[in-house]
Amino acid sequence: MTSSTNVSCFHGARRVAIFGGTHGNEMSGVTLVNLWIQNGKEIQRKGVETKPFITNPRAVEKCTRYVDTDLNRAFTTENLSAPSGDDLPYEVQRAQQINEIFGPKGSPEAYDVIFDLHNTTSNMGCTLILESSKDHFNLQMMHYIKKAIAPDSCPVLLTEHPLLKYSTSRSVAKHPIGLEVGPQPQGVLRSNIFESMRVVLKHALDFIELFNEGLEFPPCTVDVFRVSEKMDYPRDTNGNIIAMVHPNLQDCDWEPLNPGDPMFQTFDGTTIRYEGAGTVYPTFINEAAYYEKQQAFVTTRRETLAAGAIKKA
Amino acid sequence: MRKKMKKALEMEPVSLPAQSRVALCGGTHGNEMSGVYLVRELQRQKLEKAGSVTLTTVISNPRAVQVCKRYTDMDLNRCFTDAILSSPVTDATPYEVRRAQELNTLLGPKGSVEAMDLVCDLHNTTANMGLSLISYSDQDWVILHIYRHIQRKITSAPVRFILLDLPLADAYSQDSLGKHGFSIEVGPQPHGVVRADIFNIMKEAVDQTLDWVQCFNSGSAFEGGEVDDVYTFVKSVDYPRDPETNQITAAIHPQLQDRDFCPLHPGDPMFLMFSGEIVKYEGVEVLHPYFVNECAYYEKSIAFHLARKMTLTIPPLQVKRD
Repeated sequence: MTSSTNVSCFHGARRVAIFGGTHGNEMSGVTLVNLWIQNGKEIQRKGVETKPFITNPRAVEKCTRYVDTDLNRAFTTENLSAPSGDDLPYEVQRAQQINEIFGPKGSPEAYDVIFDLHNTTSNMGCTLILESSKDHFNLQMMHYIKKAIAPDSCPVLLTEHPLLKYSTSRSVAKHPIGLEVGPQPQGVLRSNIFESMRVVLKHALDFIELFNEGLEFPPCTVDVFRVSEKMDYPRDTNGNIIAMVHPNLQDCDWEPLNPGDPMFQTFDGTTIRYEGAGTVYPTFINEAAYYEKQQAFVTTRRETLAAGAIKKA
Repeated sequence: MRKKMKKALEMEPVSLPAQSRVALCGGTHGNEMSGVYLVRELQRQKLEKAGSVTLTTVISNPRAVQVCKRYTDMDLNRCFTDAILSSPVTDATPYEVRRAQELNTLLGPKGSVEAMDLVCDLHNTTANMGLSLISYSDQDWVILHIYRHIQRKITSAPVRFILLDLPLADAYSQDSLGKHGFSIEVGPQPHGVVRADIFNIMKEAVDQTLDWVQCFNSGSAFEGGEVDDVYTFVKSVDYPRDPETNQITAAIHPQLQDRDFCPLHPGDPMFLMFSGEIVKYEGVEVLHPYFVNECAYYEKSIAFHLARKMTLTIPPLQVKRD
C-alpha cells in the first residue's frame, strides 16, 4: 500500500537521444533519424536536448544489418573496456565511441533516456522493449504511451532474463527504451510502419516534457510479456533448418500458444507441435535476422508490473 | 514495337515437341528463400524424374545463398543477355557473369537445340504480388497453357501473368536460357525469411507445372481459349528523391501499398512525402502497378512498375507425334 507521499523523485530528463540505424537495414528508424537530423523541430520539447543519431552509419550505407558484428549485442563490459584500436570489429569500435558520447554506461554522466528504433519482419505491431522491471520511470512512460495510443495496442516486451538479456546500444543510458515495429521487410520502408513509430515517439517525448514540467504520475500497473525461452528451428546434422514456422503460428505474435498447437511445418509437409508445459505467448516469430542466432521465436509469459508514483525532483 | 494481339475467334491448333527436359532453379537471388528451400528439398528427395520429365534442379547463385544476399558482385538475373553471355572473361569479370556463363552451358546454350525444354526460375518479392508468372512472349503457347492450368488449379493465391516485351537477345533473366522459360514470383515475403504459406504456394505452382508437362507429354489435348489477368510492362516509376543526396523523400502511399495489380487511376495517390504531402498519379491512362515496394528495386530507382491489363487468346495445343 503506497501513501500519496510515497513518490519516487527523479532528476529531470534533460538529455535524450533517439538512435536509428543500429541495424542498417531497419528503415523506419534510419529514415526518421535522418529526417530529424536535417530538421529537428518535430522532436523538440521544452527543457530537453533531444539528439537524433545514426548509430551504425556503415551498415546504413550498405543497407545491411551490420558490417562485422551485431551492434545491438556489442555493448558488453568486455567490449566497452577493451583497449581501443583499428583491429577491433567495426561495431565494437562504434560501441566504444557511442559509450563515450552518450555514456559512460552505468555512470552519472550517461544520457537520461535513449530510444532505439528498430523494425522486425515479425508481426509485433508497435512493441516497446523494457530492460528492467524496476525502472519506474520507463514503466510510467510506457503506461502513458499505451493510454495515448489506445485503442491501438502497444505490447511491452520485458527482456530482463539471466541468460537471454543482451547488451544493447540503448543500455548506455539510464533509461533505455527499445521501439520495435513490424512487420516490415528489411530494406523496405512502409508508410504505415513509419508513421506508427513516429506517433509512439511523439507520445514518449510528450511524457518527458510533462514530467520535466513537474507533473506527478500516480502509481500504475503495466501488463508486460516477460521473455522466457528461445525456440530454434528444427535442424539437420549440418545445421540447416528442416522446417518453417507453421502457418497457424506465423504472424500470431502475442497470441497464446498452447501445448499441442502447431509450431513448425517441415518442407515435406509434416506438422511439429508445441510440447511445452503450459500456455506461452510467442513473439519475434520468424524474424529474418534471427535465423543465424538460432531463434525461430521467443516465448514469453504475461506479468503485471507495478510502478510507483514518480515526480521530478 | 507493339505486337498485334491475335483476336481470331478460333485459332489453328498447334502441336509442339514433348517437354522432356525441365530445369528448376532456386537461389538466383540468394535471399529469396522459398526457391532455395524448395530446390534443396527436391534435391534431398533425389527427385530427378517425374514421369516423362527429366528434372534438373539448380541453386543458381550458391555464393549469394551462402551469405543470404541478393548477389555478391551484380544481379545474376540481369546477366543472361546474349551480349553478357558471350563477353570474354577476365580477372575483372564479376562472379555473377561467370556464373551466368556456367549456367548457360548447363541449361542452354540460349537459343540452341541443346537448351533445356523448359526453365522455371523461382523468386520471391516483398511486394504483395500473390503468384505471378513472368515471361517474355505472348505467343509461347507452352508457357501460356501452363499459366492457364495453374490459374485454374490454384485457389490459395491470386494468379497473374506478367509479359515483358523483349526480343530473346535482350532477354536478361535466367528463364530465357530454355527453349521455353518463365519465372515464378511469389510474395509478399521479406528477403531472408521463409514463410510456410508462401513456400506452399510456390510448391503448388511447381507441382502443377510438372503435372501439366506430364499430361502434355502423354498426349493430352488442351483446348484453346482466352487467358486473362495478363499484364504487359509499360514503364517504371521511381520514388521522389532529394536532388542533392538522392535519398528518397517519400514512401509508397498507404492506399497504394499492398495493392499490386489494382487499377491506378489519374489522381490516385502514389507517394506520401515525409513532410505529409501526397504525390498523385498524373498519367492519362489507367494502369496497373506491380512490384510495389520491392526491396531490391530501391537501388534500381524503381518504386513500382506500371502495366496495361489485357487478355490473350491461345490456340488448342497438343504434343507433336513423331
